[in-house]
Amino acid sequence: METESRSEARLMKGNEALAEAAIRAGMHAYFGYPITPQSEILEYLTVESPKRNFVVVQAESELAAINMIYGAGGAGARVMTSSSSPGISLMQEGISYMSSAEIPCLIVNVQRGGPGLGTIQPSQGDYFQATKGGGHGDYHLFVLAPSSVQEMADFVFEGFRLADKYRNPTMILADGALGQMMEKVLLPPEGSLPYTEKPWATTGKPAKGDRRILTSLHLEPEKMEEINLKLQDKYRRMKQDVRYELVGEAKPEIVLVAFGLIARICQKVIELAKERGISVALLRPITLYPFPSEVIHSLAATTDAFLTVEMNAGQMVEDVKLAVNGERPVYFKGRMGGMIPTPEEILFEIEAIAEKHQTTKV
Amino acid sequence: MQLVYNKPATLTDTPMHYCPGCGHGVVHRVLMEVVEQMGIQSETIGVAPVGCSVFAYNYMNIDMQEAPHGRASAVATGIKRVLPDKYIFSYQGDGDLAAIGTSESIHTVNRGENILMLFINNAIYGMTGGQMAPTSILGQITSTSPYGRNSDLMGYPLKMTELVAQLPGAYYVTRQSVHSAAAVRKLKKAIEASFKYQSLRKGTCFIEVVSNCPSGWKMTPIEANVWMEKNLLPLYPVGDLKVPSQN
Repeated sequence: METESRSEARLMKGNEALAEAAIRAGMHAYFGYPITPQSEILEYLTVESPKRNFVVVQAESELAAINMIYGAGGAGARVMTSSSSPGISLMQEGISYMSSAEIPCLIVNVQRGGPGLGTIQPSQGDYFQATKGGGHGDYHLFVLAPSSVQEMADFVFEGFRLADKYRNPTMILADGALGQMMEKVLLPPEGSLPYTEKPWATTGKPAKGDRRILTSLHLEPEKMEEINLKLQDKYRRMKQDVRYELVGEAKPEIVLVAFGLIARICQKVIELAKERGISVALLRPITLYPFPSEVIHSLAATTDAFLTVEMNAGQMVEDVKLAVNGERPVYFKGRMGGMIPTPEEILFEIEAIAEKHQTTKV
Repeated sequence: MQLVYNKPATLTDTPMHYCPGCGHGVVHRVLMEVVEQMGIQSETIGVAPVGCSVFAYNYMNIDMQEAPHGRASAVATGIKRVLPDKYIFSYQGDGDLAAIGTSESIHTVNRGENILMLFINNAIYGMTGGQMAPTSILGQITSTSPYGRNSDLMGYPLKMTELVAQLPGAYYVTRQSVHSAAAVRKLKKAIEASFKYQSLRKGTCFIEVVSNCPSGWKMTPIEANVWMEKNLLPLYPVGDLKVPSQN
């Protein structure tokens, strides 16, 4: 059994780093279904399963997989599934049920272009689905957005920890490029994420004690409202774990807001903009839910404008606008269908914004 | 005075909401009697469906999970895979197992999951007000087959038990019913056998229970049992479709 310490770097594909991290994080069971661009996760885990003592099932569909997650997670196991956009759509029913029954689990979405069957190229088109609730009802997932292979691994540990902390389904929102790219990664050591007590798990009625029931059905409206208020309270508490990264110039004229892969590209844009005498900073949300609204709002006081860059038609930009609350203009640059914007394209927008705001200055 | 019969301790005191004469109450009791007699109350975990028996967890005094519609066998799979030493059963109606859950039902058996799948077939959708089920018979009048089930428009009654009996992952497949005391005794034996087989880890136990729906069929309980015997049992005959010696 490999027990590499953190100090040994490995060159790994994002999907595989994520899978290896899940094993090291003490995952008990993985249920999944093949779909490009994340099938390597299922394949890697299937190869490792007999050697490393965890369960893997290739389910007959993503619909079946998420329900196996419900059962196993409800039985107290540390569980994960992964898919890509169309498969995540199939999982929405199960996600809604698990959110209500408060069953912790980790769900990885390696996004591809959509809508529909789409393309296998990367996109960020599932931001709304991930953060606003793609399934029915008032619920939220805790959503983490990695932007490197290192984070593909690290956020698995974070994801399991947060899922257990809040007894909530947690999502890693990645994309096909992160899943396929190969980078150096320092993997956390095996067994370094402790298990938590789960007295609510259905492991068999205790001899002296009440049986455990996991359900999301509450027919009396008073009871259903009570459940909802409890969930909403939890989502408010989740804000204490908001995470973001702020890099670039200290007094930026323009603040870029981008997550995942695009945040990497924006770091290059900061350099290019500086060469042209435009000071730019990047606010990278790491948690998409809870969204770093407060820090974005505070940045409005000291910048001219925000530019949100996404691989979609404009999803996170709405949350940026809400956070900025009309105090500064919020611009948007997006590419869809699996197209990835270049640093030069983004710089072009930056220059246009800078010029516009230059001419309005006295 | 001698106590000759009692409610099993594995059934709660909550009054059941089932209609008078409904087979669910009988199946719940028989199932929980077996759990009590085998002394496995703390080792048994059940999965409830969506249907009239959505509240099964209010009546069975064991750990239970409520599954989305159709998914009970997938949920049960998840539980069994992480708790392989426990006794796991899924309890589903005809819509749950043979309509929306058909894929999960077939694949659970195909993988030979070591669980008990209980299939309560009353040829109608009770909870939602009496719509046609995949197992409704030709000519049967329901709220969505008001002129009688017509094969041209609505296909044929689906015999799930015959389908799953052909799968190598199935270890014990049988069809029972609850329309008479004798039938109920045979059902209990089938359930007992299934629980014993589960620890052998040789595949899925699948029990169809032909049951009734006096409300949906718009009959009295007695008329319903007569109708069941006359119209359902010829199409869904009671008996073993696969027994361990055939494996």
